[in-house]
Amino acid sequence: MIDVKALDVYFNRGLPIENHVLRGLSLSIEQGQFVTVIGSNGAGKSTLLNALSGDVNISGGEISIGDQRVDHLQCHQRASMVARVFQDPMAGTCEKLSIAENLALAMRRGKKRGLGWALRRQYQQQFVAALSELGLGLEKRLDDQMGLLSGGQRQAVSLLMATLQPMQILLLDEHTAALDPKTAKFVLELSEQYIRKRKLTALMVTHSMQQALDHGDRTIMLHEGQVVFDIHGPERDKMQIVDLLNLFAQTKGEQLSDDSLLLG
Amino acid sequence: MGALETGLIFGLVALGVYISFRILDFPDLTVDGSFPLGAGVAAVAIVSGVDPWIATFMATFAGALAGALTAWLNVKLGIMNLLASILVMIALYSINLRIMGKPNIALLGETTVISAVENGPIAYYFAIPMLLAVIVAVVMVLVALLLQSEFGLSLRATGSNQRMARSNGVNTGLATILGMALANALVGLAGALFAQSQGSADITMGVGVIVIGLAAVIGGEALLSTRTVVLAVIAAVVGAVLYRLAIAFALNADVIGLKAQDLNLVTALLVTIAIVLPRFKKQRSPKSKAV
Repeated sequence: MIDVKALDVYFNRGLPIENHVLRGLSLSIEQGQFVTVIGSNGAGKSTLLNALSGDVNISGGEISIGDQRVDHLQCHQRASMVARVFQDPMAGTCEKLSIAENLALAMRRGKKRGLGWALRRQYQQQFVAALSELGLGLEKRLDDQMGLLSGGQRQAVSLLMATLQPMQILLLDEHTAALDPKTAKFVLELSEQYIRKRKLTALMVTHSMQQALDHGDRTIMLHEGQVVFDIHGPERDKMQIVDLLNLFAQTKGEQLSDDSLLLG
Repeated sequence: MGALETGLIFGLVALGVYISFRILDFPDLTVDGSFPLGAGVAAVAIVSGVDPWIATFMATFAGALAGALTAWLNVKLGIMNLLASILVMIALYSINLRIMGKPNIALLGETTVISAVENGPIAYYFAIPMLLAVIVAVVMVLVALLLQSEFGLSLRATGSNQRMARSNGVNTGLATILGMALANALVGLAGALFAQSQGSADITMGVGVIVIGLAAVIGGEALLSTRTVVLAVIAAVVGAVLYRLAIAFALNADVIGLKAQDLNLVTALLVTIAIVLPRFKKQRSPKSKAV
């Protein structure tokens, strides 16, 4: 259960370039729900994810994960509750470490790190099994440096790393946007598979309305730092892109001007 | 003191520089201050009757504090990493003078780690390099093991991708502070051993240590593979030893006609060659030929 109440985030507060990104945003996500998030550039999608993970400091409001208030916790202190995959395929993995070392790092997410051997022997089989599931042949390349992999392969491994340890919420921040269409489809299907199989609670930001409707159980749209609509259930199942546009026009009394949301 | 001994001692500096520059991606000039700090602390302790091994340990610890201070300025106060290290380096000049009380402390006639083996059953020109080689080898093994531990992995992730490290639960600020402490602890240890081998600690002995450490790391990388941390650790120490031997050769070969005052010029030349060499290696490799 994720509970966000009246969240306020400012960038450069008090300066002439002040930007009020999230304006009293409230959102509640039940356990096991897969929510897709859309919105035009600057709507606050990434900032919402960064606020949940602790990468961005909030100026007001409350964030609870499970029964715990987390707004005072730093990013690394929330790692046991929050797992994430970044938009940039290079951002989610360490290129200087081997595939096995990257996975070993993720195996200790939210746990203490001691002076014991990082590549524990009991990990070996688990890594091979998990990598074979990807079907990319990476299970034979455990000792290869991460930097040798393509963007799509790295994003698939990032996703795998995020799911190695239990979490309260999985944050996917346009994680297929930087990939070619075929790889993007593969990574998206993989995400869906992980989320369904393990009944994960997930928040996926996407730039494509079609993607937002095709995946997940619930879709929210952000606009100027607030949730403009929130649809789920049978109502959502029937919806097409054009219905989303009408819904937006009705609620905001204006037309959506960002073409990329339609074309994606 | 022979080139081999100096090379081995600077192998420790090279390991420190490898940890700060390569593992943590932290350009650290603290080294020029933590080297004489180690020398000064060890010298003062030895002169006042402390056991030389304990004195050497104290010097190592002092180096760690210096490194932690640099990282703290960067992590907690947000001062740019290079500038933070310069500030600590400058501050250490005064601190070292305070600790030593005078610009130079002679250790002649004192019992040091080195003098203990000098008068042993084995000839001193074997015994001293062997002692240093053992110390350096032990440190190499410990550093290589540490870098492959769970903690070591979090250090390497911090230097390579901070955001990713944080989202996997690594406290990157703490990792930077501990890693920098480790790096400068090794430099402090090197300073302490250097002072004991040459028989004195001098306030100016830190000048240019960072350049030598960097030359060793870059030179080692140019000559050997650094694909794994074990290889990188070996490369740093080999780089340091070869660097000192190359310098000694250049200055001793009468044919070349170089003198001691040319040392810094030779250093600059060697570093330049070490930086350019890998590029030539790449051009000669079959892969790029095919293109």
